[in-house]
Amino acid sequence: MPVSKEILDEIALSEAEYAAIVERLGREPNPLELGMFGALWSEHCGYKHSKLLLRRLPSHSPRLLVAPGAENAGVVDIGDGLAVVMKVESHNHPSAVEPYQGAATGVGGIVRDILAMGARPIALLNSLRFGPLDSARNRELFSGVIGGISWYGNCIGVPDVGGEVAFSESYSGNPLVNALCLGLVEKGRVVRARASGEGNLLVLVGADTGVDGIHGASGLASRTFEEEREMRPTVQVGNPFLEKVLIEACLEVLETGHVLAMQDLGAAGLTSTVVESVARGGAGAVVDVSKVPRREHGMTPYEVMLSESQERMLVVVAPEHEDAVRSVFDKWDLESSVIGRVTADGLVCVYDGSSEEARLPVDVLTDPPLYTLQGATPAYMEQTRSIDLGALPPPDDGAGSVLIRLLAYPDIAGKEWIYRQYDHQVQTNTLQPPGGDAAVLRIKGTSTAIALTTDGNGRYCYLDPVAGGAIVVAEACRNLACVGAEPLALTDCLNFGNPEREDVSYQLEGCIDGMVQACEAFGIPVISGNVSLYNETRGVAVWPTPVVGALGLIENAERRCGTAFTIAGSDVILLGAAEVSGDSSALAGSSYMELMHGMVAGVPSIDLDLEVRVQRLCRRAVREGLLESAHDCADGGLAVALAESCIAGGIGFLGTAEVTGRWDAALFGETQSRIVVSLAASTLPAFGRLAAEEGVPWVRLGTTGGNSLAIPGVMDVPLAAMDDAWRHGLERAAGWTAPELFEEEPGI
Amino acid sequence: MVFPGTWSDGDCYHVATSVLGQDARYVWHKDTDLSGIDCVVLPGGFSYGDYLRTGAIARFSPVMDTVERFAEAGGLVIGICNGFQILCEAGLLPGVLTRNHHVQFRCQWVDLRVETTNTPFTSACERGDVLRIPISHGEGSYYADPDTLAKLNAGGHVAFRYCTPDGEPTTDANPNGSLENIAGIVNARGNVLGMMPHPERCCEAVLGGTDGRRIFESVLRAMA
Repeated sequence: MPVSKEILDEIALSEAEYAAIVERLGREPNPLELGMFGALWSEHCGYKHSKLLLRRLPSHSPRLLVAPGAENAGVVDIGDGLAVVMKVESHNHPSAVEPYQGAATGVGGIVRDILAMGARPIALLNSLRFGPLDSARNRELFSGVIGGISWYGNCIGVPDVGGEVAFSESYSGNPLVNALCLGLVEKGRVVRARASGEGNLLVLVGADTGVDGIHGASGLASRTFEEEREMRPTVQVGNPFLEKVLIEACLEVLETGHVLAMQDLGAAGLTSTVVESVARGGAGAVVDVSKVPRREHGMTPYEVMLSESQERMLVVVAPEHEDAVRSVFDKWDLESSVIGRVTADGLVCVYDGSSEEARLPVDVLTDPPLYTLQGATPAYMEQTRSIDLGALPPPDDGAGSVLIRLLAYPDIAGKEWIYRQYDHQVQTNTLQPPGGDAAVLRIKGTSTAIALTTDGNGRYCYLDPVAGGAIVVAEACRNLACVGAEPLALTDCLNFGNPEREDVSYQLEGCIDGMVQACEAFGIPVISGNVSLYNETRGVAVWPTPVVGALGLIENAERRCGTAFTIAGSDVILLGAAEVSGDSSALAGSSYMELMHGMVAGVPSIDLDLEVRVQRLCRRAVREGLLESAHDCADGGLAVALAESCIAGGIGFLGTAEVTGRWDAALFGETQSRIVVSLAASTLPAFGRLAAEEGVPWVRLGTTGGNSLAIPGVMDVPLAAMDDAWRHGLERAAGWTAPELFEEEPGI
Repeated sequence: MVFPGTWSDGDCYHVATSVLGQDARYVWHKDTDLSGIDCVVLPGGFSYGDYLRTGAIARFSPVMDTVERFAEAGGLVIGICNGFQILCEAGLLPGVLTRNHHVQFRCQWVDLRVETTNTPFTSACERGDVLRIPISHGEGSYYADPDTLAKLNAGGHVAFRYCTPDGEPTTDANPNGSLENIAGIVNARGNVLGMMPHPERCCEAVLGGTDGRRIFESVLRAMA
């Protein structure tokens, strides 16, 4: 073979894939052509290891205006002539190399994805995973990523309204940075990313093209990441100001009605944008790289075609409308250039002036081999499943002390240190800012609001991929139910290790199957997503971490709910359980087990039928105005949920329900499908009728009020101590400046 | 006023039209026509990316000459956040806004004490009133030399100071290290206001507060 193993490694193609290319072309590809194959047949663009599994995810809903797969993302009807598009994408590897720019350009990329569909970006969320904050490198990654997201998101004027972050050794060296963007568009004005119509012009607009980010898709995103290698040239540098101008200019240019198609330039740059656009349109294209504005002299056609320079869009227009379209870009002082045209021959031909540099059939470029994965139960699962949780003694410290430690645990502690660095208010739609179960945004000019959340749980998915996958979807929808929203659609980002390994393949397939089960239970589709594989450092994979972003609808924006106890003297009810009893199985995969026993073990589980009923009950109760607060039991279990409602409202709680069984499992176990709500005693009968209709068990836990979280005989923890532990836990874990620890010791 | 990189323009427009029921229009930074306008708002954002220095490039936009003449003729001008930074760079207001002392961006609610009601922007308030208004900036630390500061104080040109909920301008209540907790100032003539907090973000109860309306209602009163 005329191509060396080193070159194939560089572009992450196997020898067999190279042979397939030669066979299908009937000749050897030249270096540029090979580079284009490397990009488009990469996991990042071609999904060769995941596509067959991804097809299992449900993609149908009466709310869908455009099906996922047909375009960059599915489009969801939210009524009033409006639709939303949303998508989550990873920027894990760039962020590991250069956290600030890596995270920033992750935001920029996902925003352009949404913009490309003609939607105005109205919300950002992010899901992040880092190693523990006691390591200097992890702190650097953490603050760098937050700084990068803050810098980029704030500058472009899109509010960052929510997200989640968790810390585990599993992510040391390979942080996860998943950014979600949601956009709003009038129903009839969704823009297609399909270039067709012979002779139509390809107009490149935005930043000049430089040598940054070459091989980002094939090299960085599609193979195991090794820290030792110098990868900096593969990370792009962002210019959020240019992105903001690009957003306004593109939305304005769409108003002309002359845009036939639009596509962002992301992974694999011009190559994937041109090829994927014409592939969708069943066309071909001619591109002249000499027409592409450059950031530096001497760039080769290879570099121009594969550069991942940020803040660029490709717009397809008919020749007679070129001037009208380009005059809008001129108004915004944006450079725009006609770099090629659409052809009808199904070929992508790249020229440098008059010299032909590449000539490839679109159908071969966009048809990578798809692999069926062979999974095998990971060896660790035998051990994590066999541990007898019942044999673990409850800790000697009382429940109050455990609660304080859990509240300060970085996964659970308040995240204000993060979100106060994000502008979460701009565009003045944010009804529920970060810190609630789900963000809520009003839709101006209507009576509705949308709710958004992201969720993931690597621990559960590690212990049981199927249950974990189902729980992630269920928890996201439960968060929506707590604010009163009906789930409409999901987007997902699948963060896994090397899928060519049997254990990782097993995790990937299991998580997807679990997600499918839950999606079907809730009747919602997955409208978009992204796969990030090869998240490994030195052969060790991260925990399987599917992250889902969930979109919900609140038809009457005035009927929504928050997590805070609002008034003293209200009844506090637990939905989804008839008693407060502790069984050791509830400790499986819990934060409590990890923190107090240093163990990630057990078998998490979920009853999706109960889950659906609990959520429907909560939603109905919110809609009927019965609830004063609703907060789901998640990390840290019932006690943490109660404490968070107390802290948010500055109101205590006095328990009256009897705690039976193991107190640690009852208070800190993470049994799914439970929501803590508060309501006025006068509405309890109405609530009880609803619960009976939905067939949901519930138990009255106690009453709001006082200055502590008190469960007689079990614990009595001052509100101020909980507030302090929770509010400053993150900073203290990182060793950053925060007020001294609260002095008062919690009682039992 | 819309510069490249401005992002509070839509929020201000929404308040002016949908909340206050006024006529409003966007003015592009390359335009020079302010005819029929009673009050100009320079909104928040990152004009020209705030590269070089916040507001340093925007002040050279063609519209700024017109804004200067508009102010000289007594027209009302409000600069919010980036708008305040631009007004300082353009010399329409004294002093400068520098990096927050903790070098982080901050988006949070703050309390502001109204220092003077003798301006067209605060006449609907009482002196000493505490307004709850959000900030959202990375470079909002107000600085001026001692002479300028003395003149601002003596002339009653400090409009707002960051304070505690009960009105004390303490160090802890200062979110960005501004000198003397200064959050907003007016020019000597009193017709140009610059403030870092965003009153347009709190004109509707659903957004968590309505104190921002007091500023816009003062303007309406002055225009009436």
